[in-house]
Amino acid sequence: MSWAMFVQHLLNGLTLGSLYALIAIGYTMIYGILRLINFAHSEIFMLGAYSVFWGVTLIHLPWPIAVTLGILAVAALGVLVDRVAYRPLRDAPRSSALISAIGVSFFLQNLAIVVFSAIPREVYRPTWLETVILVGDVRVLPLTLLVPVLSFLLMLGLIYIVYKTKAGLGMRAISKDIETSYTMGVPVNRIIALTFGIGSALAAASGIMWALRYPQLQPIMGIIPGFKAFIAAVVGGIGSIQGAVIGGLGLGLVEIMAVATFPELAGYRDALAFVLLIGILLIKPTGLMGVKLEDKL
Amino acid sequence: MLKVQDLHVYYGGIHALKGLSINVEKGQIVTLIGANGAGKSSTLRAISGLIKNIKGSIVYNGREIAGKNPVDIVTAGIMMAPEGRKIFPHLSVLENLMLGAYTRSNKAEIEKDLVWVYELFPRLKERSEQKGGTLSGGEQQMLALARTLMGAPDLILLDEPSLGLAPLLVKSVFDTIVNINQLGKTVLLVEQNAFAALKIAHYAYVLEVGAIVLEGTGKDLIKDPRIRDAYLGG
Repeated sequence: MSWAMFVQHLLNGLTLGSLYALIAIGYTMIYGILRLINFAHSEIFMLGAYSVFWGVTLIHLPWPIAVTLGILAVAALGVLVDRVAYRPLRDAPRSSALISAIGVSFFLQNLAIVVFSAIPREVYRPTWLETVILVGDVRVLPLTLLVPVLSFLLMLGLIYIVYKTKAGLGMRAISKDIETSYTMGVPVNRIIALTFGIGSALAAASGIMWALRYPQLQPIMGIIPGFKAFIAAVVGGIGSIQGAVIGGLGLGLVEIMAVATFPELAGYRDALAFVLLIGILLIKPTGLMGVKLEDKL
Repeated sequence: MLKVQDLHVYYGGIHALKGLSINVEKGQIVTLIGANGAGKSSTLRAISGLIKNIKGSIVYNGREIAGKNPVDIVTAGIMMAPEGRKIFPHLSVLENLMLGAYTRSNKAEIEKDLVWVYELFPRLKERSEQKGGTLSGGEQQMLALARTLMGAPDLILLDEPSLGLAPLLVKSVFDTIVNINQLGKTVLLVEQNAFAALKIAHYAYVLEVGAIVLEGTGKDLIKDPRIRDAYLGG
């Protein structure tokens, strides 16, 4: 592999990895607070992609407005999912909320089939995103540079919220001890709703960028990236935001690099994620950055 | 200031409080003593809004607060230091303190109270950037007390502050409670360490299996033979 090729694969891996990482953050934040695997997260990602497609091609909104509205609408949907499907089950056994999550996932997928139809849709892409730029010998699409940069900025924003704001302090408190957070006067349900909003907004952003890179929309498009991002979150250490970012980037890089090095194994690409998951969990059961979280009963 | 009347608490089929009535006057230290499982913690948790399944009346400053949610209770001016201290081990001392001030929005006043709390507990100031989990048991109890003060409460509920502390530290915790009371905070103290609690209390209630069986000033109860036999080891 030439040096230029290597850089190209590296950038591709970073791009895919950032998209995984943005989804993984939502899984990990919600798990950190509620010990709940939000299976509907894949569908939030899918709806993020669709929202912009509809905004741009059907209502002819300019891109920035369509993206902003799409992200806001999907974030609101994430909050609604919590309100309708999880909050009533807060005091129920955790498996009830898990089953509810699977239900919401199926519901949103089928709703998308009804509303958008199951026919794959082409996404219109602005031409400047398709123009290859040459940096030395390295040929890159602007998107390949844009995705990691935008993702990085979003993650910085998230870290700021979690570590520097009052709401973030509330999140970190709730993730350790809900009852004492109540005792301190933390509005627990509002903070949980905010967490769903932020996680969903990041998944929507990932969905939009995904649609630009792999420009085909389908109601089931969230399943595989969602699974992979969930694996990334577990590999990184579920509950840890840094872990989700490392897991996401790592998985993206490994996938692209492995296929680039062994093209004949391209068909096993999706299996690779699971091999990585099993391998890492065998060595470090809490994930790379994970600390043991006590079960909340 | 706080008037609890005929309070019933149900915990998943268990009738933990059976018509409890207590009265806390402004400026006092009132203590609730009793054996394990008598319902002391349930009383505080019911007042704090942590238990939903309650009957009866809890009037605070003339306002009915029974069944209100914890955020409203804190905003009304009641803060609790829960049993077992419940410091957030992964957050810094400063962050733990700021959680106590969560319902407040006036930054200047919070900052002023932080300076004041650090004066009261210089040890916490030294350790302000340290994680709560690295503090010793005594320091954690100080942090739990300081954290309630950051909520600028008028009434502080303390659940077993001496639990698990060495005798020397127990004394210092009780000195601190007296000190806080003299600074104008009303205290409702729940304790198994009956002797230490009665010594500092203006008024005391004895709780047995969900109801008050005896009450009086701290001084009187300390001399009461029934108390001496049951709680002070004869």
